[in-house]
Amino acid sequence: MSKPNLDVRDVARLARIQLTDEEATTFQAQLASVLEYVEQLSELDVSHVEPTAHAAPVFNVFREDVPRPGLSRESVLANAPHAANNLVVVTKVIE
Amino acid sequence: MSALTDLTISELQLGFRKGDFTPVEALQALETRIAAVDGSIGAYLSRDFESALAAAESADISLPLGGVPIGIKDVINVLGEPCTCGSKILAGYRAPYDATSIERLRAAGAIPYGRLNMDEFAMGSSTENSALQVTRNPWDLSRIPGGSSGGSAAAVAAREAFGTLGSDTGGSIRQPAALCGVVGLKPSYGRVSRFGLVAFASSLDQIGPFARTTRDCAMLLNALAGKDPRDSTSLDLPEEDFTRALGRDLHGVRLGIPKEYFVDGMDPRVRTKIEEAIETCRQLGAELVEVSLPHTSYAVGVYYIIATAEASANLARFDGVRYGHRAKNPKDLLDHYFRTREEGFGSEVKRRIILGTYVLSSGYYDAYYLRAQKVRTLIRQDFTAAFEKVDALICPTSPDLAFRIGERVNDPLRMYLADIFTIAANLAGICGISVPCGFVEEDQRPLPVGLQFLAKPLDEARLLGIANAFESASPGHSSPC
Repeated sequence: MSKPNLDVRDVARLARIQLTDEEATTFQAQLASVLEYVEQLSELDVSHVEPTAHAAPVFNVFREDVPRPGLSRESVLANAPHAANNLVVVTKVIE
Repeated sequence: MSALTDLTISELQLGFRKGDFTPVEALQALETRIAAVDGSIGAYLSRDFESALAAAESADISLPLGGVPIGIKDVINVLGEPCTCGSKILAGYRAPYDATSIERLRAAGAIPYGRLNMDEFAMGSSTENSALQVTRNPWDLSRIPGGSSGGSAAAVAAREAFGTLGSDTGGSIRQPAALCGVVGLKPSYGRVSRFGLVAFASSLDQIGPFARTTRDCAMLLNALAGKDPRDSTSLDLPEEDFTRALGRDLHGVRLGIPKEYFVDGMDPRVRTKIEEAIETCRQLGAELVEVSLPHTSYAVGVYYIIATAEASANLARFDGVRYGHRAKNPKDLLDHYFRTREEGFGSEVKRRIILGTYVLSSGYYDAYYLRAQKVRTLIRQDFTAAFEKVDALICPTSPDLAFRIGERVNDPLRMYLADIFTIAANLAGICGISVPCGFVEEDQRPLPVGLQFLAKPLDEARLLGIANAFESASPGHSSPC
């Protein structure tokens, strides 16, 4: 297992979370100890082991592609932080 | 005569059918009880009495759960009600639809009533990560109820719910059930549809019931189980009656004692109670066999890689665009995302999203995520081998008693290790149940201990039968408050 060099601020930026200085310092130390703990997985030889993504014995589940009613526009817009003219108003994306 | 709220679900139903009382009276008694005790316990986040009353007035008591109010963890969507997930980021959200589990409860005649507190997005083992309120253990109000489904467990324990739904990703049903002295069942992966459950870690999450008896849990599972075209992981299986193996003893049952679950680190008083419970099972006719699950010590590490990786992807949807909290006056789109998520998420959620993003990031994926998935295979194989020798495993649910509120909040790793006996079941997709097995006195207060049984995937009927046999041989207990 490669040596962890987690830069909490950099990863938080990737995850689109702003951190305060205090959070960054605290998380850095806490996550370093969690990563140190999970280092124990490197003790095992898993070179011939297949990965398990999920535990159910089903793959490629399909259903008939039949149209059916969705949620009403009103019920969806009622949850929008900002709605107008029957649309969700979003933060400006392009200048 | 005991209060209506002391009745189990099956007793309540019998009373409805005999005409001793009505669903409206039961709902009113329940609401009176909640009003009396929940101020000190804090299990409920919200309740809609008027719509529950309307449902109680028209309840069909001939249905399997006809007229029975069921409390819902605040992570499962119920039409028209809040679904906060214990987070500020979902402030103001009201569910525009029913989860499949809720549709199924309604179809069985039950009345979803009340939203129950939880660790934010089900991340935690104490319910202390709720951004909304503190939930206290009914047996000692200075202690945590366990988590993440702490509200669901505490409400049943305090007799301010007949039964509740929770979700279990790494022990979030079984551990709070143990710490509150109630029964909590985690069904096998694929048994219950998750459509309408807000996703935490999709390869691990499962919805399940809390109640005061194994019979009540079996009745609730009867309603919940089944294939749902809207959840491709739900399995298409013949309908079955999960109460069918109740009422038997343990003759002919082989119970495995996993030796790795009886190592140092467990509270010795918990260990004594578990050993007494194992002896009870022997007296009930069970054959006891020592088994080995050699990769047990890796389960917590595997879990915190896989669960955080999946969470980092699942929680990307909370972006302040379509619903929930949105930061005020963002200067651009990036600022909108950064501040919405900073303001909306609590510390544990941020920590886990960051860890999950890291283990999935380029250059670290193979070392962490892929390796964890491979060790997950070894953990599954341990269980497969064990279940070739035995019908079920018997072990503790939690290594500890309920701890004091605030005692572990600054030490996430220590908090994670509290899930050591429950996590592997989620990784392997098997089913598990926690049943009360006695009390340990601490500070002149009895604190419950939970006994866990684990069985192979889709063997819930047998699991419930075994747990029921043990339960029948144990003394019941009165209300903590």
